[in-house]
Parts: sequence; structure tokens; C-alpha cells
Amino acid sequence: MLLITCPYCGVAAEETELHGGGEAHLKRFGPGSNDDDFTSYLFHRENPKGVHFERWRHVNGCGKWFHAARCTNTLEVFGTYKAQTTEPPKDILDTIRAKRPGFTWRDLA
Amino acid sequence: MSTRVQTQGRLINRDRPVSFKFNGALMKGYQGDTLASALLANDQMLMGRSFKYHRPRGVVASGSEEPNALVNLGEGNRFEPNQRATTTEIFHGLTATSQNHWPSLEYDVGVVNNLLSRFLSAGFYYKMFIHPRPFWKHIYEPFIRHSAGLGKAPDAEARDVDRYEHFYAFTDVLVIGGGVAGLQSALTAARAGAKVLLLEQTAHLGGRAPVDGGTIDGMSPEAWVEKARADLAAMPNAQIRTRTMGAGVYDHGYVLGYERLTDHAPEVAGPRHRLWRIRAAQIITATGAIERPLSFAGNDIPGVMLASAVRDYLVNYGVSPGDRTVVVTNNDDAYRTAIALVQAGLKVPAILDARPQGGGALMDEAKALGIRVETGAAAVKVKGAKRVHSVCRGVQAGEGEVLEEIFCDAVAMSGGWSPVVHLWSHCGGKLNWDADQAAFRPDHTRAPTSHDGQAFVIPSGAADGAFHLSDVLQNAVTAGQTAATRVGAKAGDAAAPAATAPDEAPLVPVWMMPQGAQKKLRMKAWLDYQNDVKVSDVQLAAQEGFESVEHTKRYTTLGMATDQGKLSNINGLATLAHALDAEIPQVGTTTFRPPYTPISMGAIAGEARGEIFQPIRKTPMHAWHEANGAHWEPVGHWRRPYAFPRKGESVHDAVNREVQATRKSLGLLDASTLGKIIVKGPDAGKFLDMLYTNMMSTLKPGKCRYGLMCTENGFLTDDGVVARIDEDTFLCHTTTGGADRIHAHMEEWLQTEWWDWKVWTVNATEQFAQVAVVGPNARKLLEKLGGMDVSKEALAFMEWKDGTLGGFPVRAYRISFSGELSYEIAVPANLGRAFWDKLVEAGKEWDITPYGTEALHIMRAEKGFIMIGDETDGTVIPQDLGLDWAISKKKEDYIGKRAQARSHMTDPKRWKLVGLETLDGSVLKDGAYAIAEGTNENGQTNTQGRVTSTYHSPTLNKGIAMGLVLNGPDRMGEVISFTNGDSPAAKARIVNPVFFDPEGEKQNV
Amino acid sequence: MSDVALALGGASFDGLVKIEELAGQGMVTLRGDLTDKAIVKAVKDVFGVALPDIRETAFSGSTGALWMSPDEALLLCSYDEAQAKADELAGKLADAHALVVNVSDARAVFQLKGSLLREVIAKLAPVDMSPDAFKPGMVRRTRMAQVAAAFWMDDASTARVVCFRSVGEYVFNLLSTAADTNASVGHYSS
Repeated sequence: MLLITCPYCGVAAEETELHGGGEAHLKRFGPGSNDDDFTSYLFHRENPKGVHFERWRHVNGCGKWFHAARCTNTLEVFGTYKAQTTEPPKDILDTIRAKRPGFTWRDLA
Repeated sequence: MSTRVQTQGRLINRDRPVSFKFNGALMKGYQGDTLASALLANDQMLMGRSFKYHRPRGVVASGSEEPNALVNLGEGNRFEPNQRATTTEIFHGLTATSQNHWPSLEYDVGVVNNLLSRFLSAGFYYKMFIHPRPFWKHIYEPFIRHSAGLGKAPDAEARDVDRYEHFYAFTDVLVIGGGVAGLQSALTAARAGAKVLLLEQTAHLGGRAPVDGGTIDGMSPEAWVEKARADLAAMPNAQIRTRTMGAGVYDHGYVLGYERLTDHAPEVAGPRHRLWRIRAAQIITATGAIERPLSFAGNDIPGVMLASAVRDYLVNYGVSPGDRTVVVTNNDDAYRTAIALVQAGLKVPAILDARPQGGGALMDEAKALGIRVETGAAAVKVKGAKRVHSVCRGVQAGEGEVLEEIFCDAVAMSGGWSPVVHLWSHCGGKLNWDADQAAFRPDHTRAPTSHDGQAFVIPSGAADGAFHLSDVLQNAVTAGQTAATRVGAKAGDAAAPAATAPDEAPLVPVWMMPQGAQKKLRMKAWLDYQNDVKVSDVQLAAQEGFESVEHTKRYTTLGMATDQGKLSNINGLATLAHALDAEIPQVGTTTFRPPYTPISMGAIAGEARGEIFQPIRKTPMHAWHEANGAHWEPVGHWRRPYAFPRKGESVHDAVNREVQATRKSLGLLDASTLGKIIVKGPDAGKFLDMLYTNMMSTLKPGKCRYGLMCTENGFLTDDGVVARIDEDTFLCHTTTGGADRIHAHMEEWLQTEWWDWKVWTVNATEQFAQVAVVGPNARKLLEKLGGMDVSKEALAFMEWKDGTLGGFPVRAYRISFSGELSYEIAVPANLGRAFWDKLVEAGKEWDITPYGTEALHIMRAEKGFIMIGDETDGTVIPQDLGLDWAISKKKEDYIGKRAQARSHMTDPKRWKLVGLETLDGSVLKDGAYAIAEGTNENGQTNTQGRVTSTYHSPTLNKGIAMGLVLNGPDRMGEVISFTNGDSPAAKARIVNPVFFDPEGEKQNV
Repeated sequence: MSDVALALGGASFDGLVKIEELAGQGMVTLRGDLTDKAIVKAVKDVFGVALPDIRETAFSGSTGALWMSPDEALLLCSYDEAQAKADELAGKLADAHALVVNVSDARAVFQLKGSLLREVIAKLAPVDMSPDAFKPGMVRRTRMAQVAAAFWMDDASTARVVCFRSVGEYVFNLLSTAADTNASVGHYSS
């Protein structure tokens, strides 16, 4: 059972306090967007074996949404960070690059 | 004969006799006995029958790895099948029955399978029962179901009368196993300052060491164990739980511990089992090792036991399995059994050692005691039926020629020891094959890793392949130090206690005895006792191409019984490897899955049973509803009254009465469950414009507006009335089931997409009780209560106002979901019941009628109002429901707008909402399909719509329905057919969905 | 007001700990930036306490504040004062971006009294209740069995548990079951 630390309240929360929210850093496409962009926004998701960026909500806790950088294979959590960002912060990426040289995710490397 | 001897028995208290029943016979044991030891003491060697061939089986082991001695335990509400006699501590009044036989343990009809065993080989079921196809369902399966299974299921009426609970514990270091290794690791880690929790599955600490002998720090192992226990008990940072099994190791250091509190003492009050939900930074698996059986013909005959088990029964319980025990081995350890038996005054006619050179110091000791040792020897076969009669000796290098028949009544066998690597492996720990010890050992370089990417499981002692007592202790110290440093404590003392034990000669792997055994011997050499898998079955599987160990396992059922192959897996793998001419590590192991041994369903459920099986949400008026005969409907976790049938009245009649009374005079609905979310901030209007399909920012304070919410995928997800409280503040009503979901939906968008918008939300659903006062006399009732002006002028339709009514502080909303004159009145929840009582009392003169959810549904359907969950199912967009009026054309954007522009969403062929009126006044079936011409490519009748809501309308006295129909709104007046269960199709006319008061005259007064 | 009815009408249970449904607990939810000086001052003025740090509580007699999230606090006072205090606070924060709601009726509050309260809570919540991990002065939002709940310790032998009103009976039954006299765990040394 996963243990993920909420960056808002600092609790190392077990999975039963959390609610998974799928892939992080989706860019919303609204009215006026073309079908490809919209389809991609709504349906297309990364499915890596390895480093992934995910959304979680500390639902049985402080109620905040946050992001986690996590390995889907080993379940290692490289770090968590607040949701008010459109991309992973540098310190998280540095941690991942150090631990997983050569990792890629979307256009990140 | 197995019997109690007069000496030994370190775990039993001979001053405390305990009586119990086995298969109806009264038997006597002692406090401290396991059921297995007590049965042996009563000469009950035969304890069960095997699964497939119904062969008579006796106990083989002395611990949780036991495959044979499974019993039905208890009676009635405490009945449990498949309980291990070896791990069941006896108590006064215990009742047990043996399993898998008919009519009795001694005479079993199913044993005919044994005679047919040469036809019941590996994969028999797969091969036999596929043809002819229909036979499976009607002939084979019922027969197999009748004859299969070990224990019987508890009676359908039985209810577990015991209590269970969970406990969340957190520790730096969790030590699983309380043998000398576990104790030493715990001592090392705790002395280094780490917080330590040690779990031991049995009632006793020390594991095998007190039975196996040697010295630790100059003490007997037993004395050292007691000292270690006392040392740990004296440390505030160390805890020991006995009778608590480490059941499983899971991701990120999560472990389930299974504590058995009263299984050994059912008269003690309190929970029976406690499931420990442990989070440990580091886990030390000091789980010991399990002895392997040897594969020789007749190795399953009652009386053939593991050598360690024979020694355990003698030393721990003072029980001898027989007067004459032949020891068969490939290693030194089994000599300890021979020595112990002879020292207890029993006979060991011979030790058959498969090794050409024999053993070391222990062999010398045995010989010195006058025990005959045959090296390079094999048990060719064991003779006997329900009891061992003799062992036929041959040479291990041979093919089964019998050189001598040795008469005996028990056989103690040892094929070497396998470290218990289960808990190491549960979460991904990898193994190496140790050819010297012929065992899989944890590969420390490939340990399971935790959330921080660091290793979090450390094997200790025999579980790590350290078998000599001094190696065990040194290994345990290292494990304790590793754990301590990994949790940030100091490394602590590296010195292990000095231990002495005889040096042992290496074992020689023996996977078949004798190595060249002929087929008829291999067909009687058992690998998996419980599932009746033999050496020949695994060889056949290999021959038929099942080369993967996972396939072989499933094909032969090797290791798939309740013991999960604790005794059989390694022997099975080796047999498979041999058959494939491969090395054992190439064949690999099957996956180790938790729990280590089965745990009770009760422990998993914990406290969740009876009243607290699941939360039931209750409104402030719940008790009134209950006292007034509410027929309940679960809505999410809420209980809402479906109707209030009076004495002698059917639910259906009650619903009709409630509808009619409300339409004619006055009804009352507990609407407290509706969601009430407060949304405030300078950007609240902008935010609600994105959330709802219609425009909310233009709503004036004091006014209400009905709104629709969609998902980003365009589908309608919730609806409700929004009230604007002031310039910055809105109150959004949601459906009963939608409150938490919609609040989460709002927070998600605010936190993750529009975090720069200034909006706060609070889910205030439970702050208020809300009552709908409905019907032509609604206003009169409120005026009678008095306190605020509720006239049409002062509080018009779709307006709200704060005030008081009958002395209660209220917020009154002029909204209607029934088409009647209607007020929804919110009061603080703690006043809800008093307010409700006041309305009921004051409303008597108008025959006030509380109504439930069904009357609510009917009245809204009569008005053609949609219901989330009836008209919507996650595939319906507002446009399908004719709700275009509630979709703003002016807004650039709202959640779902882009999705609704997709070609499939704008397809004119989407089914659209209409009313449906049966020609004969009957009620259409819920979910019925509208039938179209022809059939599709699968030969199924084409459809052109479906029923979404259907009721008998007491107001109109006929069946009314709503449904989604192809081109429906353009087909008014047309009659179409609907599926009608097994009856002929029902005919219904397409009509306007507003059946009642289409002009809205009743609500707008 | 005499018509005030608690979720359970003031139930109590005596076991490993004494459990009582508390009457008269007023609660006001504050949404706003808890580091905003205007908000801090307004809370201090009305409730007499400084807003607590992350996962902490602050008390001053019968009033207090619980940290619920970086932008949410639960302010405590007597039930009878709650509406007036909520109105007063909202008034002071009229120009700030904040939402103040009296939620005194929305929850059930239970007091746990006794030295074994850590054990009772640890049977229901996935929280490290050992004395070195959870101390008086801290608050924890979590779940108890299947519902959301929060609790804090007033002192070593007193805790308060809050949950939503509709599940008050469920939580009371959970706590009573966990506090069964015969179900002591004996896990914590103090």
C-alpha cells in the first residue's frame, strides 16, 4: 500500500487517505480547439513503465490536490509537489535525472 | 502406536489436563498441546484424507506448513473448515472433525479414486471433461463439485459470533519471527535505539533452537531465549507480540500482522483476531526454514513424518510417533531426531543416509549411542496402509532393488531445509539458488525497495540460509545492525553471542529416492500431499510441454492447495528441472503471495459488521421517519424514506396516497440530503459560469436558478438550484448523491486549473436540515407558523429569503420539484427535528402528509422534470433531454462545451427525451427498449429508444413514462412498441413529457 | 435553545476510554489564506487565538482554532456564540478574500477521556498514535474506518473527535466498539 507525502500538510499518507487523479500536467483544450488537441486532452495518456507524473488528492486529509513523480515499476516516489504548476519543478526533475539517467516523459528528459 | 511418553514435553503442563473431541470421541491432552500433538498422544495418527485420491493421511509436520492434518474446527456459529491441527492450541471443549471423507475417516468411498489413480494423472480434469461440451455443466461439474473440496462450508444460517478488529501500528523496525534469529536481530536494532516490533506466529518464542540444542552465551537455548525476551521487555522501544503472524509484506513497508487472541481460549471475552496494519521503515524476516520431505514411494503413509516434526513432538509435547522410527535423510540434522528418540528410550532401527560418506559429528554421536547407520542408502518404499508397517531399504544410486525390509511404525525423513523466503519475496525480493545447501536464498543485492528507492526487507538467520547456530546469531546481528543504520540509528554492537553446536557435514541433494526409481515407485512418491501431486505427474507435465513452472503448477495443481506448497515447491521444481534437463535456477520459482498462511475473513473485515458494517448517513429527522413506519431507500450511504406506509397499507398504496394528498392539500418532504455548497469570492460568478451550462453570473441576489453541470466529456452529471446570496456568494444545491462529488469537482478545478481565481467553497450540506413544504396549502401552513412574509409578492417563485418561521431561523426557497406551490426551508440541522415536528403538528388541519422519495419521483415525472441517474447514465448530454434552454449560447466556454460540439454529440440521430403514454394505461417496464424494424448483424432486434423513467401516475390514473427515442420530439402522437419482458410488446404513444399542469399554473401562485 | 438536538442526543459510553458526545461545541469554518495578516488579526480579535501552524491547534479557554489546510481553519467556540462570532468575523473580513461559515450543526463531536485513547483511535485511523508521533497540540484530519474524521488531543488523556453529523452514530458505534473493555491492545508504553 503506497505511502505518499502530501506537500500541503506534510502527512505521509497511506493510500486509503488518498484519491488518485490520473496523469498530471494536462493542458486543457476548450471551445475552438481542434479535434486532435481535444481528443488528446480528454483521452490520450502516457502509460510509462518507469517515471510518471500523477495527480493525487489528499481526500481523507487536508483535501488538497498535489502531484507525485513516481516510478510505475518500482513504485519509488521521487517527490511530491503542489498542483499549482504546469510542469514539474526543477528539484524534482534533478532528483529523477540523478536516479534515472536518460528518463523521458512526454517532452521532458 | 503413537503415544505420550513420560519424559520431555517442554511446552505442555501435565498438571492441566484438557479434554476435547475428535470425530465425536472424547480425548485427553494437556494445556500447551496442539491439536496434532494431542491427537498423536491419543494414537490418532490418521487425521484426514487427501483431496484427490482420498488416501489416508497422518500429520507430517509440526507447524504452519502442515499439508495433511486439516480439520473442521468448532460447531455451529464457530465452525471453521481447513484448520491446521499443528497450529491449533487445544482448549477444554474443543471439537474437531476430520475432512474429505465419506462415510467415515476409516472407511471412505472416495478412495476408489486411489484405485483409479493411474487414470487420474496430471491434467486429468482438463483432458477428460471437455467432451461432449454439454456434459460439463450438467454431469461433470455437479459430480466434481460434490466430491471436491476439503472442509465443508459453514451452514448457510451460521453467523460468526466473534468480534474482530484492526490496529494501525508504526515502527522503525519490524521483526517477523521470534526464533533466536528474530530475537537477536530485535535486540541488536533496539539496543541501537531503533523502535522495534517483533511478531511471532506461535505462542512461544525461540523457534527451533530449544529443540535443536547447542549453547548460546554458555546457556541452553531455552535459557537464552528467556533472557532475550526479558531484555526486550525491559526496553521501552521494543515490543513483542506472540500468536501474531506476519502475514504479508506489501509496498512501501506495509505489513499485515494476524494476531490470534482467543483461538486458544474461546472463553476469554474480547476480539478473536486482530489484524495489525503495520507501516515499518525496515522489515527483518526471521522466518526460519522448513524441512523438505524426501520423494520415495509411500512417503505419504501415516507415520511418515518430517524428522524435525518427530523431534518437535517428542521434545515439545512428550509424544512419540511410534516405538520404532526409521530415519531417512540426506543431511546431518535428522540425526538429532534419531539421537533424541534413543535418548527418550525409543528405538531407531536404522538411519538411512543417502550420502555415500554419511554425516559428521552428529553421525558419530548417533553411532556412539548404538544406532545403526546405513550410508548411500535409500528408502525404496514404505509399506503400510493406514499406518507405516515397514521401510524397504535399497541403495540411493540404484533403481529400487529392495535389500532389506525394516519393520517400524514411523519414518522420520529429511530432504534438507528450505529458508522461508515468502515474506522476503512478497514485495519483489529476488532469490539465488544455493547449490551447496540445495535451497533458494534471498539475494541481498535484489531486495524489495520502498518509496524512497531503498531496500526495506532484510532476511535474518535461517531465513537467510544461515543454519549453524553461530552463523544464525551472527547473521541476525548483521540484519539488526543493517536495519538500525537504515532507520538512522547507530549501528550498535557487532558482536554476536558465542554459540556452540556440532559442525555438520554437507548435505547431498536428493530429489528422488532412489535416484533411478522405476515408474511404479515414482507414481507413489508424493510431492504435494494436499493436492495429491506425485513425482510422475510433474514428469508427465514436462513431457507434455509444460515447461514453465507457472504452467506446470496450474496443470498439475502442485502447490495450489491451502498450504501453498510450503513442503512441495522446491521438490517439485527440482523434479521439473530434472525432467527438463535444466538447472533449478533456470526453472525458477512460482510467485510467493500473501498471506503466508490463510487468515480469517473476520480479521480482514475487522470491526465492519452489524451496525457498523458500513456507515449509514442519517438526517436530523431520521428518528421521526423510523418511528413513523418509513420504508427505506438507500441513496448513496443515506437512508431516505421511500414512502410511509400506514398499518395495513401496501407501499404502493402509500405512495399513491402521498402523491394525491400533496397535490390536493399539503405534503412534507425531508430534503436534508440535498447538497448545499457555498461558493464565494470575486470570481465566484465566473467560476459558476464555467461549472454550469447556463449563466449564473447574471443571477440577482435573492433569486434562484436551476442549473445543469456536465463533465468535461460533455455528459450531464448533476443538476440543482443555485441561489445567489449576495454579490460574492452563491449557494449551489446538488443532488443527494452529488454533494461530495460536486464539491470535489469544484475543488479540483479551482485547485488544479483555475488556481488564480479568487473563489472559496464550503460544503455546508450537513449544517442544514431542509424541508420541502409542498401543495396548495403550503403557504397557509407557513403563514400559520408566522414570522416572515411568504406571500407571492414578498417571496415569488424562484426567490429565497432569510427570516423566521414559528420562531425558527430559516432560509426559505420558493422552488418546486413537484409542480405545486412549494417552499424548501432550511434550518440549522440541530433544529431540524423540532422544526419538522412543528410543521407536522401545525399542518394537521390540512391533513399534512409526509412523503417519500417515490412520491417525489412520481410528481417530478408528472411534470416532466428529469432526474440525474434516471434520465442520465453518463452517456446523456443535456441536449438529449430537451434542456437546450438551460445551455447558454452566449458563454464562450463551460465545462463540457467543447465536448458537446463533437460530431457524435451533434448527430441529429441521438435519441431524445419524450413522454410516453401506454395505450392501455399500463406501466412500461423500466429500461425497456423501443423496438425498431429488422435486426442487426448479430441477429438482435433493432432498437430506437429506451424508457428512462416509468411510473403509475395516481394523479392521472395511468402509466406515464419518459424515454429517449430516435427523432422523438418530431414524432409526437406516433405509437411505438416497447419490450415487455416475456409478455407481448407494449404499445405507447409519444407525447410531451409534461403530463401535468403544462402551463405551470399550480406552482406559480 | 431548548430545541437544539445533537446528532445522538448526547450519547456516552464507558470502556477503555469514556466517550461522550459533546454538547455546545460551536464550529466556524474559515476559508482564506491563513498567512494573510488581516485574516490572522481578525481571528485573533474574534476568537482570541493566533491561527495555528501546520497541523496544529491553538486554544484560549473555550475558543480555539484548528489547522485544516493551508487555506482552511476550523474555529471553535461555544455553540451559542458561533453564529454571532461567524457574523463578526465575516464582517471584519468583508474586504478580504475569505469565506466564513457557521458549521456548528454540521458535525458531531465526541470527547475521549482515558489513558488508552491512543489505542482506541489507532484501531480506526491510519495514523501513528504513539506518544512520540502524535502529541497534544496537534490535529489530524484523516478517516476513521470508512468515513472522514478529525481529532486532536487536549491533553494526554483527553481527545476530541469530529465527524459529519449524518455519520455521528456510525462513528460513535465505531469508537464504542474499539473501546470495548476486553479489547485492550497494550501497545503504547505510556
